[in-house]
Amino acid sequence: MTTINELIDISPSDELLDEFAKREIRRAILSAVAIPGYQVPFGSREMPVARGWGSGGLQVTLAVVHATDCVKVIDQGDDDGVNAVNLRRLITSSTGASETSVAAEATIVQSRHRIPEDGLDDKSILVLQVPVPEPLRGVERDMRELARMHAEADYSRMWVSLYEDKVRNGLITQTTGYPCHVNGRYVVATTPIPRWDIPRLHDSSFLTLFGAGREKRIYAIPPRTEVKPLTFDDVPFEVERADGARCSLCNSDDAFLVSLPNSPVWMCSDTDWCRRRRELTR
Amino acid sequence: MTNMVEYGRYPVARLAVPEWMLRVEKLGKVYGAHDDEVIASTGPESGTSKSSLNGSIVAAWDVSFEVAAGEALGLVGESGSGKTTVLRCLAGDLSPSVGNARLRTSRGEVAMFDLDSAERRLLRIDTLAVVYQDPAEGLKMNVSAGGNIAEPLTAAGWRSFGKIRARASDLLTRTEVPINRMDDLVRGFSGGMKQRVQIAKALANSPSVVLFDEPTTGLDASVAAGVLDLIRSLLEEHRIAAIVVSHDFSVIEMLTSRCLVMQHGRVVESALTDQLLEDPHHPYTQRLVAAARA
Repeated sequence: MTTINELIDISPSDELLDEFAKREIRRAILSAVAIPGYQVPFGSREMPVARGWGSGGLQVTLAVVHATDCVKVIDQGDDDGVNAVNLRRLITSSTGASETSVAAEATIVQSRHRIPEDGLDDKSILVLQVPVPEPLRGVERDMRELARMHAEADYSRMWVSLYEDKVRNGLITQTTGYPCHVNGRYVVATTPIPRWDIPRLHDSSFLTLFGAGREKRIYAIPPRTEVKPLTFDDVPFEVERADGARCSLCNSDDAFLVSLPNSPVWMCSDTDWCRRRRELTR
Repeated sequence: MTNMVEYGRYPVARLAVPEWMLRVEKLGKVYGAHDDEVIASTGPESGTSKSSLNGSIVAAWDVSFEVAAGEALGLVGESGSGKTTVLRCLAGDLSPSVGNARLRTSRGEVAMFDLDSAERRLLRIDTLAVVYQDPAEGLKMNVSAGGNIAEPLTAAGWRSFGKIRARASDLLTRTEVPINRMDDLVRGFSGGMKQRVQIAKALANSPSVVLFDEPTTGLDASVAAGVLDLIRSLLEEHRIAAIVVSHDFSVIEMLTSRCLVMQHGRVVESALTDQLLEDPHHPYTQRLVAAARA
């Protein structure tokens, strides 16, 4: 039978990034790790996926992956999403890396919307695909002013936007991409993971690399780094929660749950976690 | 208390200010290259602030004054006379070409023009506030009145939502903005109310110096009178050192005790405001006063 890899005719010798590109991206990654939360510009290359479809995360992964690595790619929490399958196929077929859906087996996890519920450790690199790396984009459009605000750590207008959100809606409504202070210095967009995943970025054992292909920026949260969501002292930071909701498949109520539109049925967002839960209880 | 010094041909009253809060020395702002000859080619005697030698514009030159806590100093003159240039140099919106400005703060005396932009910005948060003629310059129009006041508060490190709300509501009450408009976007406010919100924002961190740039120019007469009343009572209440820039003598008369008259970038007369209105010496001041009294 003809495999898809034969059809698209990619072999490990056909690398998507040449050595110079890899070096350039690795340099940007090193700068990003050295200055946690700082957005480092990089020369985003053309990838065989459209910009905005994970091209930034893909370049970061391709710059750090090795044939001995084991790669997990998810879209939302799902290993079998079309985009996740395509990106995983691109990565493994062009580098010779192996693939897995189990986070604990993976050395590199590429994701857009989620951090896997478990399994990441100090051997793991989490690569997040970022659509909008600039946390202040919503309050300021002028690039020079944005640069000044970051340089002077002038984040008062970010606080004002949280204040306005609370005043208008009675609670902080921003769910994905919640702004966080990294290492007490830069504010980053944790885009677009849900608030549920934010606490796991704090003092994590793993390295998180953020790649924004369209915006040509890379930033990082190194292991054991303080990550604090911007929160008023008297308005506690809360993660998403639906009272009494349980996964209809594995009965979990301690994972990030999603519901089908207009349906009371909840399911785990992390499909592999859900699968392993079901195997355990069987 | 008053000793007279010669200022050109005209006597200038200089009050011995016991405790200055802000002291400006020989402030100058020139657009283009300048030397002594270029400077000498401009000013009231030449009738222009643009040099005939090289086209440089001497927007302000040799401006010196002191302001004490609880005192308001006026800067008066027609448009183009350099008064707003002086104010913007002090506000940090423009960088002056020459001169010094010293400010007494809770952290000690600082030479404002020696600070870098980040330090200047810190000064603007809690020590020196500006009320602009155009509320759009001092406020974010697509943010609520309370949110606009929250900005300097959060910049100063306030992190309690409840305390920020309470402070904003207190300030809006004091500036007579209806409290039920606190959560409405400033864009929808009338001109007078926008200006009141801007004043509330300026007072957020209890600054020791407030600069007013034509604070009532865009407002109709009755609204302007209300805003002037408000400014005057706030200045008295908080012992703020204020600089009021205006082309309108009625504003200067109502708010200030002393004032400088500027023409073509130079100070041509400085006196107690009452004295200046009663007995203007410089011909330009006489014309201004006559126009205001007409």
